[in-house]
Amino acid sequence: MLNETLQEIVGKEREAREQFSHQIFVCAGTGCQASGSLQVKQAIADELAKRGLQKNCDVVGGGCRGLCAAGPMVSVEPQSVLYQKVTPEQAPQVVDSVEGSSVGLSRSGTSDFFTQQKHVVLELEGKVDPERIEDYLALGGYEAVFKAITTMTPAEVVDQITASGLRGRGGAGYPTGLKWSTVARSRGEHKYIICNGDEGDPGAFMDRSVMEDYPHRILEGMIIAAFAVGADQGFIYVRAEYPLAVKRLNAAIRQAQRHELLGANILGTTFSFKLDVRMGAGAFVCGEETALIASIEGKRGTPRTRPPFPAESGLWELPTLNNNVETYANIAPILNHGADWFAKIGTEKSRGTKIFALTGQINNTGLIEVPMGMTLRDIIFKVGGGIPDSKRFKAVQTGGPGGGCIPEQHLDTPVSYESLTQLGSYMGSGGMIVMDETSCMVDVARYFMEFCMSESCGKCIPCRVGTAQMYDLLDKITKGEATLDDLAMLERLCDVVSNTSLCGLGQGAPNPVISTLRYFRDEYLAHIVDKVCPAGVCKLEQTQEVLA
Amino acid sequence: MQADVRTPQIQPPDNDKRWRLVTTTMRRHGYESDSLIEVLHTTQSAFGFLTDDALRFVSVSLRLPLSKVYGVATFYNLFTLQPQGEHSCVICLGTACYIKGSPSILAKIEQVTHVKPGETTPDKKVSLLMARCLGTCGLAPCGVFDGEVVGNLSPSEATQRLEKWGENVE
Repeated sequence: MLNETLQEIVGKEREAREQFSHQIFVCAGTGCQASGSLQVKQAIADELAKRGLQKNCDVVGGGCRGLCAAGPMVSVEPQSVLYQKVTPEQAPQVVDSVEGSSVGLSRSGTSDFFTQQKHVVLELEGKVDPERIEDYLALGGYEAVFKAITTMTPAEVVDQITASGLRGRGGAGYPTGLKWSTVARSRGEHKYIICNGDEGDPGAFMDRSVMEDYPHRILEGMIIAAFAVGADQGFIYVRAEYPLAVKRLNAAIRQAQRHELLGANILGTTFSFKLDVRMGAGAFVCGEETALIASIEGKRGTPRTRPPFPAESGLWELPTLNNNVETYANIAPILNHGADWFAKIGTEKSRGTKIFALTGQINNTGLIEVPMGMTLRDIIFKVGGGIPDSKRFKAVQTGGPGGGCIPEQHLDTPVSYESLTQLGSYMGSGGMIVMDETSCMVDVARYFMEFCMSESCGKCIPCRVGTAQMYDLLDKITKGEATLDDLAMLERLCDVVSNTSLCGLGQGAPNPVISTLRYFRDEYLAHIVDKVCPAGVCKLEQTQEVLA
Repeated sequence: MQADVRTPQIQPPDNDKRWRLVTTTMRRHGYESDSLIEVLHTTQSAFGFLTDDALRFVSVSLRLPLSKVYGVATFYNLFTLQPQGEHSCVICLGTACYIKGSPSILAKIEQVTHVKPGETTPDKKVSLLMARCLGTCGLAPCGVFDGEVVGNLSPSEATQRLEKWGENVE
């Protein structure tokens, strides 16, 4: 239960909603906006006005439904009908369906893509206007905050999170409860909390979507975290490539301040918490926590050695809690439904769900949330709908530039932090890029090495020099100029760079090479010995004398 | 008063009204040196790029050595010390876009504009940039033309858009 003022808002909002017999949600995420969803929304609103239905039916710019490739997505409530690829010209048909007649629009929502998922973070299913706190409140928003700070002690909150078994969703999977209790125990004049929204992995956009669609859910998680660890200020660090997320988070913060959910004396208690958004400026390394802290301090984003860990000495050398966007977004559901409920989802060591960005050569590109422990095969062939153009599956790349490529023979592995690491890959933030037989694995390895080379901050030598050397070797291989000695050198460098680099960027940089060498060594040999690219991607120079 | 101590005694380099945006941002952050990145963001969005004068002004105002300001301005990919063209064309080279063919789009654009990513055409019409990932992987391959995200891009559509800007495409 919320306090009286907020109850009143909830009551008014629910009453206002009841005035409408129907609601139409048009996805207003970056993906659907690029497909023209704002024009669709306008066209539907115009059509409703034309028919005099605007008092019965509300049009809302809602959140992402996941299936970005089939955007713009439009859903009609309460029938729960989901239409895909809607054009402004189809607005009359959408409005027809409100009036009950079935129409010939392309429907979605009944396929495996939707039925096989389990939504915790995305439980609001995009049916909330991200720019209105009233909307979120009416759906039970901020009840978790109210419950935590008025009925629980900070230690009890930490215990709940520990009991839920939630682990960091940024990729490394550090137990969240343990992190919180460390920060709660640390002493400092002030304590800070940070939300890491610097989603730099190419091919990953889960955090962008959560920040754009449910900014209040992140705020809610952060307020609870601040209360639990005793922090009085927080920062959300968002990459500058996500302008819509920055805009919506800033708006959400202002609204929360207006309703006494942020600022001094939250909900009339003695607990105060200030929150700001900080924008990145295009540096991949800033996803590493110590580099991110340097960046918030206005410095070059270079990492430093740990320990001391940020939990003891972080922002301005004070205790700092740093969690990923998705981790914070899991907090409110855990407090609302209970730690036991959460702990029942997933596997023994990896509990809950994980959002993945499913992209590449796959039919259903988009955003999915599945319980931990689902097999890669189910994710790719059931939820993802398999490979287009009846091509053959070759590998799935997880974990971003520090992750690896997993081949077909391991597709039946249940997804968890440990299982992916065992396969030589990495959970990472959740990018899953599917590749078919037209992708060359050496070229993919070279692509990731080029990425790490240019994103290396240059502070430590193994990463700065090593990635450049490895890139040159991979480039030589893809051009057909390499020898087996080069391959041996490449393998040695993998070992050196991964074991001696300062931060996760350098330590992970060789992973794409190591994993492709492990599963697709024959492709490397084909490039080096036979001077051919089996996938036909690389342009090799066919020179006879090297063959001889 | 503490606020007086932090208020710098330096005036903007000239009478350009856009400096007011920069000083407002600095004042909002109490002229704290921590606000450097925020201030550079404001400066770049006001002037289009970071001029030498701007870097000096920010450095003195925030009481930071010019070397630090220059260091930050050159560390982050988003800051540019070069004037940008009238139009901007960003091609995404994220993993999803890469395996769906964005390198061929970039190659085509390079071929018709004769500039490489990070450069501007000699007539100052178009700046070509590349992005690490725009987060719209569902629509790969994608690009951004003057701030508008375009999905399912093809080499021919990219050149068509350049033509619309009056770029000379043979």
